[in-house]
Amino acid sequence: MSCRWTWRSSKGFARFFTLRFTVFMAHTLPALPYDINALEPHISKTTLEFHHGKHHAAYVANLNKLVEGSDLDSKSLEDVITSVAGDASKAGVFNNAAQVWNHSFYWQCMKPGGGGQPSGALAEKINADFGSFEAFVEQFKTAGATQFGSGWAWLVLDGGTLKVTKTANADLPLAHGQKALLTMDVWEHAYYLDYQNKRPDYMATFLDKLVNWDFVAANLAAA
Amino acid sequence: MRRILAALVVLPLLVLLLCPGQGAWAAAPAFTLPALPYPAEALEPAIDATTMTIHHDRHHQAYVDNLNAAVARDPALRGLSLEDLLARASQVPAAVRNNAGGHWNHSFFWTSLSRPEQGGEPSAALEAALVRDFGSLQQFQAAFRAAGLARFGSGWVWLVTDPGGTLQVLSTPNQDNPLMDLAPVGGTPLLGNDVWEHAYYLRYQNRRADYLDAWWSLVDWSVVSDRYAAR
Repeated sequence: MSCRWTWRSSKGFARFFTLRFTVFMAHTLPALPYDINALEPHISKTTLEFHHGKHHAAYVANLNKLVEGSDLDSKSLEDVITSVAGDASKAGVFNNAAQVWNHSFYWQCMKPGGGGQPSGALAEKINADFGSFEAFVEQFKTAGATQFGSGWAWLVLDGGTLKVTKTANADLPLAHGQKALLTMDVWEHAYYLDYQNKRPDYMATFLDKLVNWDFVAANLAAA
Repeated sequence: MRRILAALVVLPLLVLLLCPGQGAWAAAPAFTLPALPYPAEALEPAIDATTMTIHHDRHHQAYVDNLNAAVARDPALRGLSLEDLLARASQVPAAVRNNAGGHWNHSFFWTSLSRPEQGGEPSAALEAALVRDFGSLQQFQAAFRAAGLARFGSGWVWLVTDPGGTLQVLSTPNQDNPLMDLAPVGGTPLLGNDVWEHAYYLRYQNRRADYLDAWWSLVDWSVVSDRYAAR
């Protein structure tokens, strides 16, 4: 958090300078919810060092540079995203804000010793809305494989129904009135050092070994 | 007689079963992967041999294979040249647009490069046009670098001669290119750089700017000048 004093000319009846106090809540890089090498061998320490320490950190720094001093600088991350979504003149703010959100969410979607299948209400909801867990997996992998270029694959809650979606670049469910439950980053930087062009291998490993279904279940419960 | 008749029925069936798509009636794949015009290690140190090998043998090969598959699914597109497909990118399935672009862009990319510091200089005519439209060679390179850095996500940065003869720098997303009817600025590409992460991530990781800077040492200006002369 940083504070600054600004002088602004009052447009009111008293045409003299007033002192105004504004608070800029700088967006911050969250720590990874596990050790940097915790996802080895599926996602390497080196990948996470770049992905979290460079890419995610750069999105945070760029966002702060773009919003500081603007009318967006007192808004929460979600409010920044929804207020600039669809505004081509604010594409830079949207891209960086959404990528800050996406990555913070993505880290929590994984854990060491993750993967397997969900249980309880989430498992029942997946069976009800997709037919089976296998059908969900199939759709999720297809979404990731067919996101041409950079982007994300998602499990979302849309009007009470679970859906699999994909988004390009920084785009995210929040900009489409959907609640994100799970995401998989399919930007090449997420997997290139460990898997190179073999995106399907990364996606299979993500589902088999990394997904934190407890986090996904909590997102559904809170929806 | 019965044996001969049986053989007449069974043999073609065997051919169909064992060689799907390989019979004489199946057309050869329309598009093929061009060989690199130099060894994979030729562009070291700016681009490492591992990156070149994966980029060419796997990524480019996949665009070729996926393009052939996508065209095979759409009889109306069979027999069209790569340039024909690009010119109707707005009307073809996304798989055709993306993979036709991927095939053309990479083929163009390999032939734009040569061993470090072996690429010479722009021809007098090209240099004059660069100075006319950008102010100087350095200002052109700065504009090209800025466009490459500004491309959010995956894509390409281009130098083109637009239909009015003016040189322009532009960037396209994913595997789009200036030959596509949907390109915001059309024209004849003279030079293109790949800013997909797969083009540089193994050596440069998040440092796209370093890749863009090092890449100039590889540009084959004789090829670029020839393209300008042939515009």
